[in-house]
Formats: sequence, C-alpha cells, structure tokens
Amino acid sequence: MKHPVGYGADARLRWTEWLPWVVAVAVFFLLPEYLSLGARVLTYILFALSLDLVLGYAGIVTLGHAAFFGTGAYVAGILAAKLGVTDPVIQLLASAAAAALLGLATGAVILRTHGLAQLMLTLAVAAVCLEIANKATALTGGADGLSGVSVAAIFGQFKFDMYGRTAYLWCLLLVFTGWWLVRRVIYSPFGATLTGIRENSVRMHSIGAPVYQRLLTVYTLSAAMAGTAGALLTQTNQFVGLNVLGFEPSGEILVMLILGGVGRLYGAFVGPLLFLIAQDYLARQFPEYWYFGIGLILVLVVLFARGGILGISDAIIARMGRKS
Amino acid sequence: MEAFFSSLVSVAFHGVAYGMILYVISVGLSVTMGLMGFTNLAHGVFAMAGGYILCSALARFQMPFPLALALSFVLVAAASVVLERLLYSRLYGAAELEQVLFTIGLIFMSVAVARLVFGTLQQPVLLPEYLKGPFTILGREFPVYRVFLIVFSATMIAGLWLGVERTLWGAMVRAAVDNRAMAQSIGINTRRLFTITFAVGSGLAGLGGALGAEIVAIQPTYPFEQLVYFLIVVSVGGLGNLRGPFVAALLIGITDTACKYWVPQFGAFFIYAATICLLLWRPAGLFGSRA
Amino acid sequence: MSAVLETRDLCKRFGALTVADNINFRLEAGAKHALIGPNGAGKTTFVNLLTGLLAPSSGTVMLGGQDVTLLPQSGRVKRGLGRTFQINTLFREMSVLDNVALGIAERLGLSGKLWRPAGHYAAVREEAMSLLDSLAIADQAARRVSDLPYGQQRLVEIAIALGLKPTVLLLDEPAAGVPSLETERILNALDSLPKTIAILIIEHDMDLVFRFADRITVLVQGEVLCEGAPQEIANDARVQSVYLGERRA
Repeated sequence: MKHPVGYGADARLRWTEWLPWVVAVAVFFLLPEYLSLGARVLTYILFALSLDLVLGYAGIVTLGHAAFFGTGAYVAGILAAKLGVTDPVIQLLASAAAAALLGLATGAVILRTHGLAQLMLTLAVAAVCLEIANKATALTGGADGLSGVSVAAIFGQFKFDMYGRTAYLWCLLLVFTGWWLVRRVIYSPFGATLTGIRENSVRMHSIGAPVYQRLLTVYTLSAAMAGTAGALLTQTNQFVGLNVLGFEPSGEILVMLILGGVGRLYGAFVGPLLFLIAQDYLARQFPEYWYFGIGLILVLVVLFARGGILGISDAIIARMGRKS
Repeated sequence: MEAFFSSLVSVAFHGVAYGMILYVISVGLSVTMGLMGFTNLAHGVFAMAGGYILCSALARFQMPFPLALALSFVLVAAASVVLERLLYSRLYGAAELEQVLFTIGLIFMSVAVARLVFGTLQQPVLLPEYLKGPFTILGREFPVYRVFLIVFSATMIAGLWLGVERTLWGAMVRAAVDNRAMAQSIGINTRRLFTITFAVGSGLAGLGGALGAEIVAIQPTYPFEQLVYFLIVVSVGGLGNLRGPFVAALLIGITDTACKYWVPQFGAFFIYAATICLLLWRPAGLFGSRA
Repeated sequence: MSAVLETRDLCKRFGALTVADNINFRLEAGAKHALIGPNGAGKTTFVNLLTGLLAPSSGTVMLGGQDVTLLPQSGRVKRGLGRTFQINTLFREMSVLDNVALGIAERLGLSGKLWRPAGHYAAVREEAMSLLDSLAIADQAARRVSDLPYGQQRLVEIAIALGLKPTVLLLDEPAAGVPSLETERILNALDSLPKTIAILIIEHDMDLVFRFADRITVLVQGEVLCEGAPQEIANDARVQSVYLGERRA
C-alpha cells in the first residue's frame, strides 16, 4: 500500500510492514544456500531506499546515484586492502562519511540547477568518479579491481563465515536501521516538506521554505545511505570492481526502484528482490534477453503501470475492495 | 618546437573531425529537446543504428559507400517515424522522470538487439579505396577519410543551417521552439512538425553514427557510452538552437582529443570537470535562453 | 500612515521589453489596495518582483521599512509577505490539510524537524483545520486537492497564504474562474482578517474591486497611470479611455 504521509497521516506501523522482516528471518533459517544472494538483495534494498528518498520523495531525477554507492564501496575497500583498517564498523562509518561529503559537495552544485542541466550534472559526477577509480590504479586497482579486502569480526565477536550467515545478518541489521531511519524521515515534517518540493517547488518557495537547504540535506543523507550500502557490498564480496560506479549501476538501481514502485518505501524492497533473483537465473544464461527484458519492463512500466509492482497490487486490491 | 607544432596541428585536425561527428549526431537531439521538451536519452541508439547499417551495407552487401551512407540516413529516419508515432508521442508533456525511464528502457532493448544480431565485437568499417590513405596539405599528411569527413559534414551543416533559415519548415520549427501555443494558434500543425523534425534529427544521428563509425567504434554498448558526450553537447550548447551545439561539439571534440593525446592518464576527466563548471556558470548552456 | 510595502523606481526588462517601468508604489498598513490594468500591463510581473520570484533590473523593494531587494523569497515570507497565484499553484497530490499545514509548519519553524511524525504536531493540524473551517472547506480536509472542484481549489490557494499569517497579503486574481458563492466566501474571509493586514489585490472583476478596495492603482504597459480612491479612479478620463473604455467596447 502507498501509505499517506504528512500532517493528517497515521505513522504507526501496520502489520503488513513487519512482513519483509518476517520473510528475511525465515530465509535465514529455511534457505541457507541462498544467503549470499540474500545479502546481495539486502545491500541493493538499502541502496534503493536511499534512491527512493531523493527520487521518490524529493523528486530529484538522478542518473548518477552510483557515485555514492561506489565511493562507499571503494572507501571500505581501500581502508581494508591498503590501509589495514579491518574493523567493519569503522569501514561503514568512513564510507558513509565519505559518501555524505561527496553528496554535500556535488549536491551544492547540482541542486542549483534544473531539468537537463541537473540530469547532465548527476551523470557527469558519476562519470568523474568512474574515471578517477579507473585511472587511480595504485589505490583502486583500476580495471582489475581491488582484491585482498579483509574484514575483521563484527564488534570483535562475529566473524564473516564461508556460508555467508554473518554477512546476511549484518546486511539485515543495516537494512533494518536504514528502513527505520527513512521511515522516520518521510513521516516527519521534513518529509512532508520534501513531498511539497516534489509537488510544487514554486509554491514551496512562496510559503518561505528554504528549498535548496532542504534538498541538500536529503541529498547528503541519501548519499550517506548509498555509501553504506556500497561498503556492505565490499564487505560481503571482499572485492571491489569498477562496476559499482558509472552509468550502468545508476541505471540498474533506478530500474529496480521503478520496478518495485517509486515513492512508496516498500517499492525499494520489492524491486531489488525480483530484479536480482531474475538476474541470478537469467543474466548468465541469456544476457541478451536479460537486457531486452529490463528495457521492455521499463517501457511497459512507464506506459502502463506508473506505480510499479506495488502500484499494480494497490490497484488490484482497490478493485477487489470495490467488488466485495 | 617543430614536434609540438606538428602535434598541435594533428590534435586540431582530429579534434575537429570528432567534433563534426558529435555535432551531426547531437544537433537533432538539441532541436527535438528544445522543440518538444522531450528528454530523449535514447538518441544514441539512432547513431548506433546508422553505424550498423553502414558497416553491414559495406561488408555484407558490398554496396558503394555513398549509397550505404544515404541508406543509414533514410532507414534510421524512417524507423524513427514509426517509433515517434507509436511510442514517443504518448509521452509528450509527461514528467521528465517518465521520459528518462522510457528512453533508458529503449537503450537497454536496443543494446540487447544489437548484441543478438551483431555480437559484442566492434564492427569493422570497410572503406572504399578512394577514401583510404594519406592526403597531403601544405606538406603534411592527413588521412583522406577524415578530410572527407570534415568537408562532407561541413557542407551538410551549412545545408542544414540554410534549410532552417530559409525554408518554411525551418521557420515553423523556429516559431514552435519560441512559442508553441502561438505557433499552433496561427495554424501550424505541430504534430506533423514534430514527426518531421524528429525524423530529420534521428536521420542525422544515423548519418553521424555512420560517418563516425571509423572514429567512435560501433558496438552494442554505444548508446550507453556515448550518451554523456551527446548530453554534454546539448546541455553546454543550449537547447533548441543550432549554433550553440556546434560550438560545444567542436570544443568537446578538440578538448577530448587534446586530453587523450597529451594527458591520457586523466582520461575524460577534464571534459566532465569543464562541463560541470560551465553549467554552474550558465545553467542554460552557452547559447541557451532557458534553463 | 507608514508604508509596509514600498517600491522605488522599480524596473524589469526582458531584453528590449520593459514590463515594469519605474514603478513607485506604496502600500499602507491596513490598506485594502487594488491593482488594475488591461491584460499584459505587467501586474503579475509586479507581484513577482515584490515577492522575489523575479529579480528587478533596477530599483528597490522595501518591506516593513527595510530594503529587501536582495532577499530571497523565503526571507520576505519570514518578514510577513504572503501571496496567492493567478493560476492555482498547489501541491496537487497532497491532501487539502497538508497543503495548508506545510505553510503553517514553515511559519512556526517546525518543518525542518525530521524525527517525530508530522501528525505528532497537533497544533499545526488544528490551526490548519480552523483556517479551512473559516473558508467552509473543513469537510474536504482529507481529500486530495486535485480532486476538488476549481472554485474550492481557489479557496485552498488563499488558505495557504492566510496560514502564513502575513502582514502584507498579495492576491493575484483570487476570484478568477470562481463561482459567486465562493467569491463571497473569499470576501468574508478577507473581511474577518485583522484590520492591520495590508492587502493588495489584482482583479479584473470591477464589482469586486469597488466593493473591496479603498484605494486603486492603475498599471498600463508597466507604468503607473494613476492612483487614488475608487471614485477618483472611476471618474478619471485617462482610466476610462485605456481601461474601462476598452472593457466596455
């Protein structure tokens, strides 16, 4: 369901909102052979949540969100592989801080513009990051990627095991935290302001809102979350490659979010889940069809189902409600 | 000193050739974006299609080069009319996000189709004998094909500018870019105008992709990889005009060539950095009137 | 009386086109002032210059005795300047309540809070409800604003501005396209405002102008043609020729 937010909304948790967590815990116990895929899904859910905050709620169209994801991934990787900082919590915090700083610096520029210029700038920032990662081979390993990433036990207690159990639970903990944060933000007065900016920035200015500062705040927050997700990817894969930066991962996370349903909070859960499971099965065997499928889905969603999968299910539920 | 001068001439020459290609491909995007307000990220697909048509026509069907070039324009323009009528026109006036997603979807699909039909390898361009080899100007040797490319593009651009300045179609396009409601109210059929302009713009992209196949490799990832460059040309040049993107394309062509020649370790970094600074200074581009 | 809003030699040019030409204008505290003029006279441009949506080419805007020419829109709102738009400028996908509450929260300095749910701030909701009640649309509070009929959307437009508790209120054709019942509601709501609020109204409906305003400024081609009490304006020969005459024709 698309839950209303704002001053007349009921912000209490509905029982359906516990479902993802019940499913996630059930997967841990019932499908142990899928935990590494599960950790990957969780990582991308966190990434998609961060994108939903800027795109779905604040209405900033970005083609370069992977800049923050990739920065987080590389910061964690460089810390672990080059600087010997193996504590996972420190890695996460450093990644989040670095991505937030990048978000603040680039957002300060990007958010002054609109339309094509803004779109172009988000793309350019991601392209610059990719270019740097590609050329700074001493730090990043360039096109070969960065291997030898070692991660110590979490809180000195929980080692990353070969079955991916620790990694899965670690990702789950962080997704839960991220979800809880985003949920608080979107229901808050600040969240209502973001929706207002998305709906009508002219009016927002005329009621005295500092639109630019608000957008910069959410952009920075979202960058930090995306950076955390990137660091999680590094920790669970123990490797960083160039594919975490640039247009392609930015486009893919966009596709995942659109597929699930943008501006709906739980679209960020449904989209990555379906996308990555489908990718796991299809992409290796039929890469051509896989890409064609993604494209087709995007086109169909835009033409016929603008709310994504959750939008379709809303419409079905509404229709059944009317019949009964 | 002599060596430096020589490399300077070389960079300028190849930079101009690349800039011409960028312009021929991107000009249609600038006009259609300015005219219809449509954010068409899939414009590079038309250029890629033109490249594939040329390469196949030359290699598989042994067509003469001029015919293959003409075909790349005609076929792409014709296909774009179908796309415009069936799909694009549904999204005129839609939110930017929807246009962006829709056209990214088209890119994904076309990349898949290109891989399926042509494989992942770069397409060879089998130039005819008369376009191969060096060409001597003032005691310096230049590749004949690139000389041809610059001369041909320049002629075509001049023709395009004259066409937009002098013909009724051009007048209507200019009127509709300035004020669409006014253009409609004086009886311009904007729907047909959009279709024709879109077709010409896409055809030019096809032609540009074909002409440039020897410089910008034709492979399935083309629409993704070149997208940034086309968008830079359009956003730096400004929407809905012809001069701006021309200056922008030449600037980018020369800068990019210079960077790759002298400081290859920085890659395309300077281009992006310069674009960011320029858009900060003038968000509507060098010659744009609107943000 | 002192001017709460004043412009000095205010100019705005778009290229060769001058849309505001040396406008010297004073709005007194508590005034009910109307700005009239033929289409294209530059009325909305003038309002946009006052609010800071547009930057002037030259000249100054004074609000509450202070120069605000360089102040952004949000700064002017904080100093008591509220406005409505000629064309509905609403948060279309949001509820009527939220449309009004956003402005109230902004005024109270609450809208940057990002921890507690918005619904927790009962004072905002209650103020919004009582405002909607005064415009007789409280029963629509939970509806999406784009689902409302046009006339009621105009009322929301005004409610948002009133929620800012402005000392200077600029109304850009508030009654355009509004059925007469809602026009009455608008006038009643304006009547019930504190008398210290200065109101500048742009309006084409002459009945409404003469019922409402105690002072009128006539703008023609970006220039102030004349200013005075309603009777003076109605009897002014120049006004009749350029404006009233044109309308009768």
